[in-house]
Amino acid sequence: MSLDKATVAKIAHLARIKVPDGELESLAGELSQILTFVEQLNEVDTKDVPPMTSVAAQKLRRRKDAVTDGGYAPQVLSNGPETAESFYVVPKVVE
Amino acid sequence: MTALTHLTMAGALDGLAKKEFTAVELAEAHVRAVEAVRPFNIFITETPDAALAMAKASDERRARGEAGPMDGLPIAVKDLFCTKGVATTAGSHILDGFKPEYESTVTSQLWRDGAVMLGKVNLDEFAMGSATITAHQGETVSPWSPGAPGAWERRIVAGGSSGGSAAVIAARAALGATGTDTGGSIRQPAGYTGTVGIKPTYGRCSRWGIVAYASSLDQAGPMTRTVEDAAIMLRSMCGFDPKDSTSVDMAVPDFRAALTGDIRGLRVGIPKEYRVEGLSAEIDALWNQGIEWLKEAGAVPVEISLPHTKYALAAYYIIAPAEASSNLARYDGVRYGLRVEGGSLSEMYENTRGAGFGSEVRRRILVGTYVLSAGYYDAYYNKARQVRTRIKWDFDEAFKSCDVILTPTAPSTPFAIGEKMDDPVQMYLNDVFTVPINLAGLPAMSVPAGLGADGLPLGLQLIGRPFDEETLLRVGQVVEKAANVTALPPFVA
Repeated sequence: MSLDKATVAKIAHLARIKVPDGELESLAGELSQILTFVEQLNEVDTKDVPPMTSVAAQKLRRRKDAVTDGGYAPQVLSNGPETAESFYVVPKVVE
Repeated sequence: MTALTHLTMAGALDGLAKKEFTAVELAEAHVRAVEAVRPFNIFITETPDAALAMAKASDERRARGEAGPMDGLPIAVKDLFCTKGVATTAGSHILDGFKPEYESTVTSQLWRDGAVMLGKVNLDEFAMGSATITAHQGETVSPWSPGAPGAWERRIVAGGSSGGSAAVIAARAALGATGTDTGGSIRQPAGYTGTVGIKPTYGRCSRWGIVAYASSLDQAGPMTRTVEDAAIMLRSMCGFDPKDSTSVDMAVPDFRAALTGDIRGLRVGIPKEYRVEGLSAEIDALWNQGIEWLKEAGAVPVEISLPHTKYALAAYYIIAPAEASSNLARYDGVRYGLRVEGGSLSEMYENTRGAGFGSEVRRRILVGTYVLSAGYYDAYYNKARQVRTRIKWDFDEAFKSCDVILTPTAPSTPFAIGEKMDDPVQMYLNDVFTVPINLAGLPAMSVPAGLGADGLPLGLQLIGRPFDEETLLRVGQVVEKAANVTALPPFVA
């Protein structure tokens, strides 16, 4: 599998990571190398093999859908790069 | 008397109980050791004041007769565990300034049992790596590097991603350290530094408050200088936690009581597929030596087959990046850490993440994004999960004819910083013996077993049945005693 620069740029956008144009070429090479390496999985017969969803032999626990804790707005916000009152501040989203 | 920094945990607990020294004296000796290892770039954050305050409280508890199972033992914490009020970086620029408002479950249990925090130690960025060379805070150098500190002949890696944890113990600057293991990140650095490291069964230790890399594979565990110490520390780290949906509700055994030395009749599986191409002759010889040691102790070697071993790395390098791409979506410049402004919200995200992630993390997020994207999900991600099932089945089958499995920890002795770096796939091969165990969710440990011709440590790996850490520890101690590795690194604090 070989990725081109345009595909890498598209993935980078999907991942919301800015990649300088000058790095797209080498990154395409590295990612292609990894994708070529993982292609060997096609040798494995996986007909009727269920994809693993949980490695521990247990079902996810359930609990009541109820509030059990809370009221920590100042602590929650304390690491925010920009906050105001009880909110995070981000660049304007709606016109 | 042995220098306080050269004690084992068991020895230190004994000395504290007999009042040969106080927890404050033990902490002071270690705080000086932490300063002495600065050239190796092991600590990201030193917490000497917290160490001394915790030690003082420990002495007071002991005086009241309320000492816990780890009371007064100075340890280091991998900087992937959230520690309340103490910077937690994951080795990444993107967590600049982050001070958690809460404590991870595992570290809170260690403090509950009396352990003393020396500081937060280095790792590969977001635990993605095998050498502790990708952190924003720089590379950690192993105390096994030949030459004077700062003027090394070769700068040997401590392994990774828990390389700071491994280095700090080997350098005698902490009695133990927490690690995390997603594909070998406890066992490989333990092997590379002549220390002991356990990756418990998935679900044994709570993942709550640990910075997530690949949630279905991540597991915390202890790193120490002896198997007995690992048993002591493991007991404090394990236990059910309702805050982690994958935490298993099971009683925690007294792991130290399992160290009987009696392994007569135990069947030790030797997987033929682990005799891989490129395995060094000295590691092959050490492995055979390990089999002999266990035979002499009365165990019975059994050849087993794990036919899908060769596909484990490929499956891992789809599953782990896929989960990472999802887990690391939270670093968006809004709630914590770095923010790099942009004209729009989307631009701010892209600028922040572009500047905040290092190249290995970026590579893995992009691979993960790709394999989860429309049109490729089945071909890559689902295929990898099916192969993962087959790898798990291999182990299920193997454990019908054996009780524990013995393999090398890594295919070679540690390399030097600058070697093996240009090809990411080549770098991934360090983890060829450790990755299958995470995919199968099993417990495993690395035990020091000897030194290579280059004078650097070699480890053997033991793999157990789910939740059978006790057999693992019992056999591990037999290997440790037979190997009797007494060599110290060229530098110790």
